[in-house]
Amino acid sequence: MDDFYRENILDHYKNPRNHGHIDHPSAVAEGVNPLCGDELAIELKVEDGIVTDVRYNGRGCAISQAAASMLSDAVKGRAVSELSQIGKDDVLDELGIPLTPIRLKCAMLSVGVLKVALNQLTGEPLPGEWASGADGIEWKSE
Amino acid sequence: MAVVQTASPLDLARIRADFPILAKPVHGKRLVFLDSAASSQKPRQVIDTLVDVYETSYANVHRGVYHLGAVATERYEGARDIMARFVNAGDRREVIFVREATEALNLVAYAYGRAFVGRGDAIVATEMEHHSNLVPWQVLAQQTGATLHYLRLADDGSIDPDSLDRIATVENVKLVAATHVSNSLGTINDIPALARWTHERGAVLVVDGAQAAPHRPIDVQTLGCDFYAISGHKMCGPGAGILWGRAELLEQMPPFLTGGEMIRKVELERTSWNELPWKFEAGTPAIAESIALGAAAEYLEAIGMAAVEAHEHALTEYAYDVLSGIDGVVQYGPKPPNRAGILSFNVGDVHPHDVAQVLDSEGIAVRAGHHCTQPLMRRFGLTATTRASVYIYNGRDDIDALADGIEKVKRTFAG
Repeated sequence: MDDFYRENILDHYKNPRNHGHIDHPSAVAEGVNPLCGDELAIELKVEDGIVTDVRYNGRGCAISQAAASMLSDAVKGRAVSELSQIGKDDVLDELGIPLTPIRLKCAMLSVGVLKVALNQLTGEPLPGEWASGADGIEWKSE
Repeated sequence: MAVVQTASPLDLARIRADFPILAKPVHGKRLVFLDSAASSQKPRQVIDTLVDVYETSYANVHRGVYHLGAVATERYEGARDIMARFVNAGDRREVIFVREATEALNLVAYAYGRAFVGRGDAIVATEMEHHSNLVPWQVLAQQTGATLHYLRLADDGSIDPDSLDRIATVENVKLVAATHVSNSLGTINDIPALARWTHERGAVLVVDGAQAAPHRPIDVQTLGCDFYAISGHKMCGPGAGILWGRAELLEQMPPFLTGGEMIRKVELERTSWNELPWKFEAGTPAIAESIALGAAAEYLEAIGMAAVEAHEHALTEYAYDVLSGIDGVVQYGPKPPNRAGILSFNVGDVHPHDVAQVLDSEGIAVRAGHHCTQPLMRRFGLTATTRASVYIYNGRDDIDALADGIEKVKRTFAG
């Protein structure tokens, strides 16, 4: 239990990768977890089908912020067509700690927001588990 | 004469020995349980009562001609007598067994509200209410066309007196809803004063007693309110609670839930209602749980509710001072002594989830979140806080452990 806040989680939390905003993003999506008030927005810049930049912003616990930071690293430079493959397990593997159902929602916020942003780019419907209101999380997209 | 470190109004070691769960380590550490405001732990006496009911006295109540039916009924109605004494009800018929305070408040919103609140009427609630004493009134207002007004809070988390003056101009107030003790801030409301204010307007006062009844002597006749809701699971009991209501109001109200038990005579076209309190206890009640709630009340009475209050009062003052002395900790709500045993705070800009997670690694259980009081959180510009709440089994060692845990939080997230 003492290793919950592992080195890499605290590193991503204290030194967030890709935090901030993009000028003229190709897609923006936001999610709110009403259980704890966590808010997260992800902005994507896409050129020729490749994610050339990604930024996230918002507020939340160390798990939700670190997960967003890790996810942003994983997304950058990838083809949009590949990204529908990214899911829960990628983030959980990266976090590398067991999560209770309550904390799982913290970790999954960024994955859900990314799915909503990708949906804007591809027009493909959200997978069932990320559909609106799934897991008590409210999605907003522009 | 033995030297004691601090005079305590109650025998902490003996009380702790009554709670089996406190002897079970969490993550290899002593359990420091500081979340009784959410739900309390249970003493052996209550657990034993539940088992004893099922092993010796269980059958459905009020119907069985046979021996066990009579024994179960006697114990169930005996628990009602205990609860009537616990809140000093003038009449045992005023005590209705429910699941918990949420159900009690919904009972009032549906049975009283739908009958006596209508279009053009006004409902008043406070900004500090738990969602359970707020959402039922929103729904009642929406469904009846009544208006809903809020008593606002001063910066210390008490009801703003100016707000009372402003709302004094609202006409046709039919119902006022207020909590006795705030579950998020520990604010203690002056219920007798609110009752006078309410009755001057010809309205009824509905009090959420979930955070008060487990922790201080309750005398509904002195409080002067009209309805008082209690959750048994927060006062050492299982999943049963009570609604106390004035008999003359309960008599006038239609039933809440309908079905078996609450009837006198059923014909195909019409039904007449059973008398109080059974008119409001449709179906088979939570028999063993209600009996065990009686055992919980007796357990607390044996300690003495005045002693419980004095113990928590002293511990809250200690905890408030200890937290005040920790760099980076911000506390919310009124300063002791005018504060119940609920400490609400943040540690720098560390998210309360992370605070609670680190504390958990030390065996310390606290609540993190909005505590089902989102309007209150918004009032103070917060999304969440960490909440530590004390009860009869907590001592200064628990508060000291909390302080050490907070230092670990700060170390974990430093830099």
